[in-house]
Amino acid sequence: MTLIGWAQIALVLICIVAAAVPLGRFIAQVAAGERTILHPLLGPVERAIYAVAGVDPARGQGWKAYTFSMLTFSAAGFASLYAILRLQDVLPFNPQGFGGMAPYLAFNTAISFVTNTNWQAYSGEAAASYFSQMAGLTVHNFLSAATGIALALALTRAFVGGGLQELGNFWADLTRVTLYVLLPLSVVVGLAFVALGMPQTLSAYADAATLEGGSQTIALGPVAFQIAIKHLGTNGGGFFGVNSLHPFEGPGALATALQIWCQALIPFALCLTFGHVVGNRRQGWVLLSVMLGFVVAATAAIYAAEAAGNPLHLAAGVDAALGNMEGKDIRFGQALVALFTATTTGASCGAVNAMFSSFTPLGGMVPLFLIQLGEVLPGGVGSGLYGMLVFALLAVFIAGLMVGRTPEFLGKKIQAREIKLAMLAVLVLPAAILGFTAVAMVLPAALASIANQGPHGLSEMLYAYTSAAGNNGSAFGGLTADTPWLDTTLGLAMLLGRFAYVVPVMAIAGSLAAKLKVPDSAGTFPTHTPLFAGLLAGVILILGGLQFLPSLALGPLAEHFSMLAGKTF
Amino acid sequence: MPDINLPLHQGQSTRAARAAGAALFDRAILSRASLDALRKLNPVSLIRNPVIFTTELVSALVTALAIQAALTGKPWEFAAAIAVWLWLTVLFATFAEAVAEGRGRARAASLRRSRTETQAKLLVRHDDRSLWRHRAAAALQVNDVVLVEAGDIIPSDGEIIEGIASVNEAAVTGESAPVIRESGGDRSAVTGGTLVVSDWLVVRITAAPGSTFLDRMIALVEGASRQKTPNEIALDLLLAGMTIIFLIAVASLVGIAAWNGQPPSVTVLAALLITLIPTTIGGLLSAIGIAGMDRLVRFNVLATSGRAVEAAGDVDVLLLDKTGTITLGNRQAAAFIPAPGVAEQELAEAAVLSSLADQTPEGRSILAFARERHGFAVPALTASAREIAFTAQTRISGLDLGGASYRKGAVESLVKAVQAELPPALGQAIERIARQGGTPLAVSKDGRLLGAIELKDIVKPGIRERFAALRRMDIRTVMVTGDNCLTAAAIAAEAGVDDFIAEATPEDKLRYIRAAQAEGRLVAMCGDGTNDAPALAQADVGVAMQTGTQAAREAGNMVDLDSDPTKLIEVVEIGKQMLITRGALTTFSIANDVAKYFAILPAIFVVSYPELQALNVMRLTSPESAILSAVIFNALIIVALVPLALRGVRFTPVGAAALLRRNLLIYGLGGIVAPFLGIKLIDLLLNLLGMY
Repeated sequence: MTLIGWAQIALVLICIVAAAVPLGRFIAQVAAGERTILHPLLGPVERAIYAVAGVDPARGQGWKAYTFSMLTFSAAGFASLYAILRLQDVLPFNPQGFGGMAPYLAFNTAISFVTNTNWQAYSGEAAASYFSQMAGLTVHNFLSAATGIALALALTRAFVGGGLQELGNFWADLTRVTLYVLLPLSVVVGLAFVALGMPQTLSAYADAATLEGGSQTIALGPVAFQIAIKHLGTNGGGFFGVNSLHPFEGPGALATALQIWCQALIPFALCLTFGHVVGNRRQGWVLLSVMLGFVVAATAAIYAAEAAGNPLHLAAGVDAALGNMEGKDIRFGQALVALFTATTTGASCGAVNAMFSSFTPLGGMVPLFLIQLGEVLPGGVGSGLYGMLVFALLAVFIAGLMVGRTPEFLGKKIQAREIKLAMLAVLVLPAAILGFTAVAMVLPAALASIANQGPHGLSEMLYAYTSAAGNNGSAFGGLTADTPWLDTTLGLAMLLGRFAYVVPVMAIAGSLAAKLKVPDSAGTFPTHTPLFAGLLAGVILILGGLQFLPSLALGPLAEHFSMLAGKTF
Repeated sequence: MPDINLPLHQGQSTRAARAAGAALFDRAILSRASLDALRKLNPVSLIRNPVIFTTELVSALVTALAIQAALTGKPWEFAAAIAVWLWLTVLFATFAEAVAEGRGRARAASLRRSRTETQAKLLVRHDDRSLWRHRAAAALQVNDVVLVEAGDIIPSDGEIIEGIASVNEAAVTGESAPVIRESGGDRSAVTGGTLVVSDWLVVRITAAPGSTFLDRMIALVEGASRQKTPNEIALDLLLAGMTIIFLIAVASLVGIAAWNGQPPSVTVLAALLITLIPTTIGGLLSAIGIAGMDRLVRFNVLATSGRAVEAAGDVDVLLLDKTGTITLGNRQAAAFIPAPGVAEQELAEAAVLSSLADQTPEGRSILAFARERHGFAVPALTASAREIAFTAQTRISGLDLGGASYRKGAVESLVKAVQAELPPALGQAIERIARQGGTPLAVSKDGRLLGAIELKDIVKPGIRERFAALRRMDIRTVMVTGDNCLTAAAIAAEAGVDDFIAEATPEDKLRYIRAAQAEGRLVAMCGDGTNDAPALAQADVGVAMQTGTQAAREAGNMVDLDSDPTKLIEVVEIGKQMLITRGALTTFSIANDVAKYFAILPAIFVVSYPELQALNVMRLTSPESAILSAVIFNALIIVALVPLALRGVRFTPVGAAALLRRNLLIYGLGGIVAPFLGIKLIDLLLNLLGMY
């Protein structure tokens, strides 16, 4: 680790928080339907969309109607995306003449993009036409992100007042978030990426003659703007197979810093939005600081593990100066890779600019554990906030009894119904991750996909289901993912991770909204203090993390201690 | 009329609490509880407790495996040891519940004795006391009318329709001084099982057989009709959810560990599961609830449900009657106001002398005040002294002594009687006293007005501090009084309440409660009269006085057997204590998991990866001893925490933030550290005993 490395990390984090402050306030305005600086330009577009779709933005929906709208919308998105991928050979903008995607792969990919996971069992430059990339994948990069934010806004509104029946209008939230938040940010960031060297073209791949006299096909495409939303919407699905490690997708350190900024920006900003909407800004900052604390700790852990290097390499006389460089690009350096990795897995983005499989065992365990903790640090756009609020409810309940009152969070009593639903939501991740992994580890059809022996082989499989269920989408590497078994089960894990989680969360929103808002008093559990931040962190670690320790012990931890003992597999 | 204005109950209560602590482990209760603990192993009843039920199933499974191993000649000792300790875990949990129930049972037994078969005198005609026939008390129906005479036990709950009698209610309240019960008014309710000491009563029965106050009390203290409280249900769901999560984590190891070719044995996985699921709080949860109710009973308060006790912890507004709760109820001398040109000493002397013949509480309070303030002892009277006693007609008392005549009385009456001029300054002072709700008395010597005595409601000593403590818990105190606004404001300021309702009608109370509830606040109040019943029913916590009417007792969800309204404050504290105890033990239980992982995980996986021995930070002797130590710790911690569960975690009114910080430190951090020490110690012991 170097001072300059830490300075880079600090600088990027400061830029993220500094930008989250105004953005958080702005999203709160957009959520309330207030007039913003963008309205003269985009207001007519918004009204036109409502007119065409027949939506009355002022008509509120209860939690059931809101959830049903969201589910219908997602189902329709899945169907249309599936069709586009299957039929891309007959659709336009296909200069490379790719055939239609195979059914299993199309199923997996369609679910992946609709659930904001962006797990990719294909390589974009070798399997997806420009039409699939733009009209299919990029569209869902926007819509799945907007869906997540809308759900978070609905839950946020449950805390605003007492006896509420309505949580807002899903269609209006979806339209406003896309139009006023995601689109403008993507345009600005996309232009910046073009300036930093990313291609944005519809022309066919270039054929180049190499210096050695050979010929090479260089994949191109409408990259820059897709990458902008890929990070801003914590999607993470790369234009190219190797994601941000590709020179056109990660053209340099500055572009990497910007990508980190993009993928953490909205999740952090939404915490502050929460504070604005519920009228308790300190609460927003408490949520943000817990997330930030974990990101810093995770970055430090990765940075330390990777910069120290692999003891086996060092024993063999490899230069220790750069640390473990396998699977990393010298353009980015250890510090930015560590921060990128911590934010992409903490924020449910799933873009990668290094290969986790090549990390040291502990360095690779950090991204795995970050996803397992529930994708709330800071989590995906929207999903991070609502996941964090579920943990906050549980933290308030467990420790809140200790002040001698029925626990309350922001004036809403936390009772049996909320606890039941919160536990249902919390159950989803261990059930999907550990359940599918356990089956896969004894099923020959699944075991055939594993590339390595020993604990590392387990880590590959565990990571795949973790990434899918956590809606992260990053790959550990090593695993052959495009098999009927993995396409199907990973697809199911993604579905569970998104919808089996969010339906109970929306039921909580409905239940909380209807409750009276109890006025704050000195006898009330204070939830806007550093003490609560510490408690929340503890609850995330214990309720979100403990159940994964046995599998981590058999995977990365066993690999780590074996490595220290000089043993390889 | 007996004096219902009992003194503050604080000293008595803490004594009672201490006595309760001393009797925590009565030998009779313990031996009975051990038997009950075995009976409670019945899975049909244990299924109410998901965590302990899971533990029982796993215990049975491990037992079966141990037996199978023994029969097939495989090593069975380790599985047997684990099985024994898993069974003990279940047993300790049922034992905790049985002990908690046992403490209430002693009280129930004494109650039952007063319910012995009595023969009631059923009147044939309501208006004829001479004609009655015997009927068994248990066969009495609602609206039957019975005669109860001196020496009879009142056969069932009822309303007095005729007569007045003194009744010994010791059977219910434990207080043997008889109280007056009479028809009409707020003291017309009688309780079955109590004894008429003098005179007679005609009583209309109001309780159906088997549902009398005494019956309900017995059921309550025995915990027979115990239902889970809302927070308990929520906590149960959390614990069940955690159990499922850890079940998934442990079950998935069968597949995940297969990759290394060395899946752990079922016994070991069972041990891991039971140590991870929250058995500590799961085992103590119902004991905490029962103990909370029991603590109330020891304070002589009966709650009709645990829900009410829990609600007491949540209360944000306390409605308190002024008279008897905040003030002593009797008007007492509070100041001497001399007329212009009169020394206070002279006024005081005249006041004392003129009050010697006044035997009313007010008169005596003047003597007491003068003694306290001016050091006047009651002078010995010579034979020549002539006392003029106070009567309701003259409203004047006095003394003629050595040629001087001292008079004291109501201002108007005295001015008329001595035909003196009221000095304007004194007139103003008298007016001020009246305006503030006090009662002015005038004092004269030889026809000259010396000044006035101010009588007023005296705020109970110590009450101000208690309200301050309530304020620190952010509980608003509201004084309810029939006095006018000014009087009410003066007393409210003196007592330090947050708000008051002056000239209050029962409707006002009801309206106030509803308004507070609409804002999301929980309201507690106490009352005794029939017209309090609607408000008692509307309040979240309604404490009826045992001396009150049947209607009030039915409407409230608690009955205070001592009829001491200030006890509401203790009730709130007991409610809070119950919630805190649950929260503290939950936090402790969950925090324990960290250390258990460090004990068991390396032990399980060390066969596949010997390098994982690095995680054995406690340096436990062997995999077997590590696993067994964790299981033993997990079982013993339940027993170790039984006293805390029964006594409850101490509640101090320091505000939620400070309370949270303290309890998180003790039970959160303590919960992480304690098992590291405990497991290591048990491992050392096992090692020392040569077992591993």
